Amino acid sequence: MLGTVTIVNRLGELERAIMDVLWESQDPLTVRQVSGNLIERDLAHTTVMTVLDRLAKKGLARRGRDGRAWQYRAAETREAYVTELMLNALEQTGDRHAALARFARSVSETEAAALRRALESLGRGAVRGGIQGAAGDGTGE
Amino acid sequence: MSAAALVLAVFAAACVPAGSALAAARWPRRSPAVTIVLWQALGLGWCLAAVGALAGFGTADARSGVAGGALDQISRLLDGSSAASGTRGLLAGILALRLLALAASLVLLLLLCWLLAAAFAVVLRARRRQRMLLSLLAHGDPKVPGALVVDHPAATAYCVPGLRSRIVISAGALDLLDQDELAAVLAHERAHVRERHDLVLLPFTALLRAFRWSAVAREAHAAVALLVEMLADDHALRHRPARELATALLRVGAAGGAQAPVGALAAAAGDADGQVAARVSRLLRPVPRLPVAAVALIAVTAVAMVAVPGAFLALPF
Repeated sequence: MLGTVTIVNRLGELERAIMDVLWESQDPLTVRQVSGNLIERDLAHTTVMTVLDRLAKKGLARRGRDGRAWQYRAAETREAYVTELMLNALEQTGDRHAALARFARSVSETEAAALRRALESLGRGAVRGGIQGAAGDGTGE
Repeated sequence: MSAAALVLAVFAAACVPAGSALAAARWPRRSPAVTIVLWQALGLGWCLAAVGALAGFGTADARSGVAGGALDQISRLLDGSSAASGTRGLLAGILALRLLALAASLVLLLLLCWLLAAAFAVVLRARRRQRMLLSLLAHGDPKVPGALVVDHPAATAYCVPGLRSRIVISAGALDLLDQDELAAVLAHERAHVRERHDLVLLPFTALLRAFRWSAVAREAHAAVALLVEMLADDHALRHRPARELATALLRVGAAGGAQAPVGALAAAAGDADGQVAARVSRLLRPVPRLPVAAVALIAVTAVAMVAVPGAFLALPF
């Protein structure tokens, strides 16, 4: 069992390292070029190929042919993926309700302004009205 | 048609104003856990009553209960021995109405099951994608042990619930909050993960998806979502002072959409407006918990909400 976990973690690490190589490169890379750009240099050619194949199957990498050699590039930029995560977290795309549990749900600009005012009054040690009935000495404990 | 069908129909209809009243009430925030149980019972009771009422209207003879009668009716129809061919006029009309009601009840039952399954499938897919991207992009940080950090200036914190759960904090939130506030956020998110609050909310999300036009579906979803957050707040309070959690909420809430990724819209319609404020008020001015007798009464009501339609479905009347 421990062995399996280690292998899974190892695969995850490799996928991440190889995606980093693809993201940093302007051009599509062959398996050999990817191996060459990895910090860990002594990986078997077939290992790198297997991981690139997995990434392509997951839709994270795109595969194309240049002459006889397969070339790989990242499907999207790193920034695009970060944006996707954040849009999801801020309830802007995808399923807005169920998939994630957010600490504070996204609010409208008016509401955000009210919260800012409440925070300022709280900082001064006295909440006056700011948010529905939150008035109090602010110590609450 | 039987008296049982009428009772079930009235029960199902009464669930709607009951849901609205429960959503508008202020006492639930005094004891979120038991109120969440009541919401679940109300939802399940409505489903049983609505399906049962339609089945009851479609059933000639409910001597073995509405469910048994409906099954009898269906099996007789399948046998072709329902004497439909010989009936004329009014009788044929009644028979047709019955068949319609029976079919509607089956459709509603299948629809409800399908909605729940579909909502679950969508959620699982979105979470799988989140975990995949997080494994490529996120990194740990000693300031938030056990959580993942995503490098983005917008302030947000959330968890991806599931068997392989993840707690995620953006770099923006990491900068915005101090060490104590971060600990409070983590305590809150860990409660969600540990108690699987996402599963509590899922049926209401499924209902909302199906009945988007329905005000009561929206109110129910918002009310349960808020109660779940309050429950997690209460758990965090066992480990952290209320003020830390309150200021963390205000900071993240106020930062909200600021520095949101390009392409982000303004928060839609503000259906979460008031929720952060309500939680902060509750943290800073704690309300007494409901007395034991009231909690017991709510629990009994919850059992009745399921038991009453269940009895009319299963027992002969």
